[in-house]
Amino acid sequence: MREIKYEDIVKSIKDCIIFSGANLPKDALEKMNEAYENEKSPVAKEVLKQLIKNADIASSEEKPLCQDTGLAVFFVKVGEDVKVIGGTLKAAINEGTEKGYIDGYLRASTCEWDTRANLKDTLGYNLPAFIHFDLVKGDELTIEYAAKGGGSENVSRATVMPPAAGRKGVIDYVKKIVSNAGPNPCPPLTVGVGIGGTFEKAVISSKHALFRKLGSVNEDPTLKEMEEELVEELNKLGIGAMGMGGTQTVFGVHIEKNPCHIASLPVSVNVQCHSSRHAVIKL
Amino acid sequence: MSKIYNLTTPLSKNDVVQLKAGDIVYLSGIIYTARDAAHKKLIDLMDAKEDLPFDVSGSVIYFVGPTPPKPGDPIGSAGPTTSYRMDSYSPRLINEKGLRGMIGKGKRNKEVTDACTKSKAIYFGATGGAGALLARQIKSSKVIAYPELGPEAIRKLEVIDFPLTVINDTYDQDLYKIGRDKYEVK
Repeated sequence: MREIKYEDIVKSIKDCIIFSGANLPKDALEKMNEAYENEKSPVAKEVLKQLIKNADIASSEEKPLCQDTGLAVFFVKVGEDVKVIGGTLKAAINEGTEKGYIDGYLRASTCEWDTRANLKDTLGYNLPAFIHFDLVKGDELTIEYAAKGGGSENVSRATVMPPAAGRKGVIDYVKKIVSNAGPNPCPPLTVGVGIGGTFEKAVISSKHALFRKLGSVNEDPTLKEMEEELVEELNKLGIGAMGMGGTQTVFGVHIEKNPCHIASLPVSVNVQCHSSRHAVIKL
Repeated sequence: MSKIYNLTTPLSKNDVVQLKAGDIVYLSGIIYTARDAAHKKLIDLMDAKEDLPFDVSGSVIYFVGPTPPKPGDPIGSAGPTTSYRMDSYSPRLINEKGLRGMIGKGKRNKEVTDACTKSKAIYFGATGGAGALLARQIKSSKVIAYPELGPEAIRKLEVIDFPLTVINDTYDQDLYKIGRDKYEVK
């Protein structure tokens, strides 16, 4: 058994959240610069220029990149030989989240669904953290983190298609969602797609796909080809940065697949804005 | 070809009828923040025929819920939120109270753009996700109503050369549509 201290997890999460709030990750910044170089529309180019400058100001002033500092989402791989000492792993992640959001001057964005009352003084500052646990072999603890904003979450959708819809059905569905979303989710976007699985597995996979490094290549040749086709098709929509018209609508499309029921073809599309704040912690 | 304007609030009809979708405006003066929760309260006051917490006539509302300021800063990160959530409230503020401008991001519905045309108001876009850059143009911030709403409280902001793009003008033009038509490959 490898022991990991509760306080060490809290501190790692807190530091990661504070840093991520003000520093656009390298992969996202590279994609932003690439979009700026490739953009044909002068209006969209100006938007991208502002976003690159914004990343610079946020980093140097240690100020949040965006006022929507998101809900805190985690995918956690827990090695079977890991033992957390001094408290539960879940409590440590939540405590680290609250401390990070408070000390980083990030926004408390969780509320009650009906009264819309902010939960900062009742449940905790920007709590709960949204955590997906997975048990794996070994003695490592891997925590993937992303701050997920509301604007891009609001345009995300899921469905269960008849199996006959097939590849074309999936492609058309993704195109329809990005097209209808237009300027609202703050393009250029990362588009996470979950295909197959049960209904909820498709949704969780589409979320997890957003945590993948931008610019990385899918190891599955079929999915790789679909991703490339979708990037091309989505950029043809003409939406451009912040929807003002342009050639650079997406940074990338990331697809994850799962085996599914013989009767079903679940498909989920989770959209991420240009401010793709994500990080990985290994303990 | 888009033009560049420097305007100061409050805005007159003459200020806004010259603007066309795609124009750039650097806005200075006082503007007010409100998101859905605050809009609902404003409309409730109108229904009760009570005074609103600020003079809406000629004013500009910024759809924003900023992050908490660091010590010494007037405001935290302060970029626009998605505007459609205010669609059910904006037309009454425009038609009945003379609201002259809104700042946000994303599409508005027909009721809003019709109100812009009829009562002469502008829907401006600010760059979403540029909250650190936009905060630099905000010189002061004061909560003037609904402090219990936290980030959604109504704030009075003093801005200087706040960078905006005209999305919907008073001639029923929409930059999102114009821009996309130009670059969509069919």
